[in-house]
Amino acid sequence: MLRQTPLNAVHRACGAKMVDFGGWEMPLSYGSQLEEHHAVRRDAGMFDVSHMLAVDLSGAGARAFLRYALANNVDKLALPGKALYSCLLRPDGGVLDDLIAYFRREDAFRIVVNAATADKDVAWLTALNAQRAAALSLAPRRDLAMIAVQGPNAREKLWQALPGSRAATAALKAFVAGEFGDYFVARTGYTGEDGFELILPGAQVEAVWNALAAAGVRPCGLGARDTLRLEAGMNLYGQDMTEADNPLESGLSWTVDLDSPRDFVGKAALAGAPVARQLVGLLLLGKAGVLRSHQKVLTGQGEGEVTSGTFSPTLGQSIALARIPLGVAPGATVEVEIRDKRLDARVVKPPFVRNGKVLVS
Amino acid sequence: MKLPEDLKYTESHEWVRTEADGTLSVGITDHAQEALGDLVFIELPEVGRAVVAGEAVAVVESVKAASDIYAPVAGEVVAVNSALTEAPEQVNTDAYAHWLYRVKPAAGGDAGKLLDAAGYAKVIGNG
Repeated sequence: MLRQTPLNAVHRACGAKMVDFGGWEMPLSYGSQLEEHHAVRRDAGMFDVSHMLAVDLSGAGARAFLRYALANNVDKLALPGKALYSCLLRPDGGVLDDLIAYFRREDAFRIVVNAATADKDVAWLTALNAQRAAALSLAPRRDLAMIAVQGPNAREKLWQALPGSRAATAALKAFVAGEFGDYFVARTGYTGEDGFELILPGAQVEAVWNALAAAGVRPCGLGARDTLRLEAGMNLYGQDMTEADNPLESGLSWTVDLDSPRDFVGKAALAGAPVARQLVGLLLLGKAGVLRSHQKVLTGQGEGEVTSGTFSPTLGQSIALARIPLGVAPGATVEVEIRDKRLDARVVKPPFVRNGKVLVS
Repeated sequence: MKLPEDLKYTESHEWVRTEADGTLSVGITDHAQEALGDLVFIELPEVGRAVVAGEAVAVVESVKAASDIYAPVAGEVVAVNSALTEAPEQVNTDAYAHWLYRVKPAAGGDAGKLLDAAGYAKVIGNG
């Protein structure tokens, strides 16, 4: 039995094609996935991301706990509302999940984790909390729903749709959240465009979704979400990194703070682990196929593998993230095995697209 | 879901039309294009290639997945619709207006044994 978000009936009424995503029945698209993609790059689109889980950590030791539990350093969070992207690591350095941590008050942090890993994450954090004898409360918030509103006109349309939201959120800088009434509004996202991620009580989400639609925000499915995040060069947990992967071989070194004296779960393992590979972007030259996960990549330094591949609607050609040997530099040409052919691809540094602009060639 | 009565169909979601010269035009059904979503790439076979019934001879890829296209009968590929490789999205617009390739059936390889519209409707659960 698939789990459903509070917007399930709304998606069905809109004619969405529903699919199993991490045990949740979610909209893949409502019609043309390409048009949904372009709506986010050019105007405004919205995604039901209520399958993701907010977990509220509260208590006196909240910051100290996260300082140890997360690979990125929550001490970077000085102002209330500030957000931090981080990996949650295993003691052996493998990636349990990636998440966003929000600093609300010194005794109150909120983390948002992936749907398929949510139960595993909560069990792990609960055990870690018990092990550290911290008197921290960990509250999984399945009562909350989430909508990501993304695109160059996303903020303006959200302000039109939700009375009171403009005054409360107009001053928010990128990667900062504000709260008004029952709404938690973060200027974050997974598309490479400006916009908000809105966390709110499940009972209110249908009315807010309908108000956003009335303001001209286009409903978009997980299909467009995947092409948008890949163009934006953002990793997808479970594809671009897993428990078997070292974050330093997954394009995530910038989130792992090995140099400071701070100890954290996985640090000792990572400090001693060899780093032989890197996660890079690939741009398929020509239009003779589409890059897909698990295709073999042949480089001058050895073999690698595509971790995520798709057709980029913005570029009109195929792009990918791939894990390949260190030493292959941006600009190099590699070969990718697609069915019975070997096709040339150029190594590039992600992102491919940000804020509507193409950044690679 | 459109299912023209004058076409034949396969369980693997191709449609087949017998042309005046006896060759068979092969495309993908409306059901197939809808399931695949926006098509972005089509790979067509070489003209002159001999194929057996059920052999994978072409590939269509949507944003989300790749799918093989099979030969409905044994024979020889005699033509391909190259215009589609530059504009695969036309198949999404009207799946029955765009054939992918034409095959000249080998002896005994006629389209008579394929599914009719009612038979294919049952395959896709519309019967």
